[in-house]
Amino acid sequence: MSFSPDERGFYGQFGGAYIPEMLYANVEELRLKYLDIINNERFQKEFHRLLKYYVGRPSPLYYAERLSNRYGTHIYLKREDLNHTGSHKINNTIGQILLAKELGKKRIIAETGAGQHGVATATVCALMGMDCVVHMGETDVKRQMPNVLRMKMLGAKVIPSMSGNRTLKDAGNEAIRDWINNPTDTHYLIGSVVGPHPYPDLVAKFQSVISEEIRWQLKEQTGSELPDYVLACIGGGSNAMGAFYHFIDDAAVKLIAVEAAGLGVDSGETAASIARGTDGVIQGARTKLMQNADGQIIEPYSISAGLDYPGIGPAHAYLHSIGRTIVLDATDDEAIKAAFELTRLEGIIPALESAHALAALPKMKFLSSDVVVVNISGRGDKDMETYIKALR
Amino acid sequence: MNRIDNLFHQKKNNILSIYFTAGHPTLLSTADILTELEASGTDMIEIGMPFSDPLADGPVIQDSSAKALKNGMTIKGLFDQLTNIRQKVKTPLLLMGYINPVLQFGVEAFCKKCREVGVDGIILPDLPMDIYQESFKKYFEENDLRFIFLITPQTSDERILMIDSISNGFIYMVSSSSTTGAKGSIVSTQVAYFERVKALKLKNPLVIGFGISNRETFNRASSYANGAIIGSAFVKMLNETTDWKKGISDFVKQIN
Ligand SMILES: Cc1ncc(COP(=O)(O)O)c(C=O)c1O
Repeated sequence: MSFSPDERGFYGQFGGAYIPEMLYANVEELRLKYLDIINNERFQKEFHRLLKYYVGRPSPLYYAERLSNRYGTHIYLKREDLNHTGSHKINNTIGQILLAKELGKKRIIAETGAGQHGVATATVCALMGMDCVVHMGETDVKRQMPNVLRMKMLGAKVIPSMSGNRTLKDAGNEAIRDWINNPTDTHYLIGSVVGPHPYPDLVAKFQSVISEEIRWQLKEQTGSELPDYVLACIGGGSNAMGAFYHFIDDAAVKLIAVEAAGLGVDSGETAASIARGTDGVIQGARTKLMQNADGQIIEPYSISAGLDYPGIGPAHAYLHSIGRTIVLDATDDEAIKAAFELTRLEGIIPALESAHALAALPKMKFLSSDVVVVNISGRGDKDMETYIKALR
Repeated sequence: MNRIDNLFHQKKNNILSIYFTAGHPTLLSTADILTELEASGTDMIEIGMPFSDPLADGPVIQDSSAKALKNGMTIKGLFDQLTNIRQKVKTPLLLMGYINPVLQFGVEAFCKKCREVGVDGIILPDLPMDIYQESFKKYFEENDLRFIFLITPQTSDERILMIDSISNGFIYMVSSSSTTGAKGSIVSTQVAYFERVKALKLKNPLVIGFGISNRETFNRASSYANGAIIGSAFVKMLNETTDWKKGISDFVKQIN
């Protein structure tokens, strides 16, 4: 199967490339070349070789027995936390660095929130010997310090973004400005299924390896390729898109995306972009975003730096609008509780982002026969400070 | 006749255009700044509609936009401020900003309002050409508004010619591959680009913007085009001066 936007990057009314002329040549070059490059046999071989021997794929699909007993159903965890660098983000950075090489680019820029995408980008840049600049909101630099230090050790330059709330959106703005100022030698390695076309599709295709594996792994373990539910957290939406991708055409599989409610979707301190969003344009794409009546983007809030974003990938806005996905939300406190539950029941410390997906479990009604896959998008090492605070 | 067309009809060289952000330095300064700019001899004025996430702007205009929003500026508020502006100000006026606030206002309603208050042209850098053509062009044309396209050093000759063929008013020539912001000088790679575009003999007038900050850069840029636009340097002056009436007139005199 292939879930793709139209030639101009639209999923229904969402998507497109709302970019200033300064970025046109770069984005157009990508648009014209990306499919030929990534579908090339040599590219695919190298991509899969690196995913296998460097990233450590396939990531396990683990039957979580104690967690299953707690919820009276069958829960499988897709262990993206076990990937090299500790999250799903590396699937995309491996793909995009190979693409950047094909395009002859020498310098890589990226935005990061939790720092996982920044680390994954710095890692592939070290691997390929490319210059790496990571833009990261100053607020996030402080709350995700271990990842900042990892990026530095990997040789990346980390530039704190000082605009707005100094979080993920602001880092994205600075990365776009960097690209405007360095159009010829630089590839912007976007970290989620956001931004102008072709990024949402490009990132979705690189992350789709997650659901490709889930299908055969489930078949091996249960006899059927199809689960009843797939759950994933959703910031920009890349891990969710990866986990959903190969199930989109299978209507029987319920796809559940979990947004960060922050202090609560109605608290004014939230990052629930679908629940609280309306139609508009953010960072080059038409999608759902949190904005006021005057079209100014509202600063989001979540305890999780990776979900602290006021928009959502256009494909997710579309899938939700046609009823293909169900969107739930989890507050900061619910996520922390869910992280401790998984840790104590299964000995797995999840990233705060992934904990939001787990926090949806108590909100759902499962049959004892259901097969539920939860995407554990990353591990919790970077969040230890937050978790330790909660322990006290 | 549309005031922009009229201007380029009457004046071919050294057209001085100034950008400022509505709502900055104070919420109510818009009309006074316009009046003072006209009195000082500015040929064309771009009024910035502040946006929370100005992707194509450097630090100075990011800052003026943030301050303007904090001051309470909105598109609706701006139209209210411009309601009687044509009784005082005859200079061609453009609104410049980002697409999202305009989408929320409603593109058709926005264009009608522009005509009502006497705006002559619109610059929305992140509204792509194809979507403009398919969905919005009719509203701009119905309301006699010029929709101004940008070109940059990365824009191919072929695309420049295409933009020229669908443009009216003028073409906004971004002086270098960069976000907005004052630069001290014009370098040889920019000159090569200016000459390349000049040689295309476009039907539309050309105005150079981004990085133009003083008499020297203004004159240099104007020698390759019909004129130039100064933004960040002017906004910075507004930030720094205590007597901005005098500041505006000194600023414009120093260029002209
Ligand atoms: C572990 C982890 N999960 C999820 C996300 C959210 O991004 P996305 O929604 O693109 O998967 C992040 C982003 O930093 C992350 O680090």
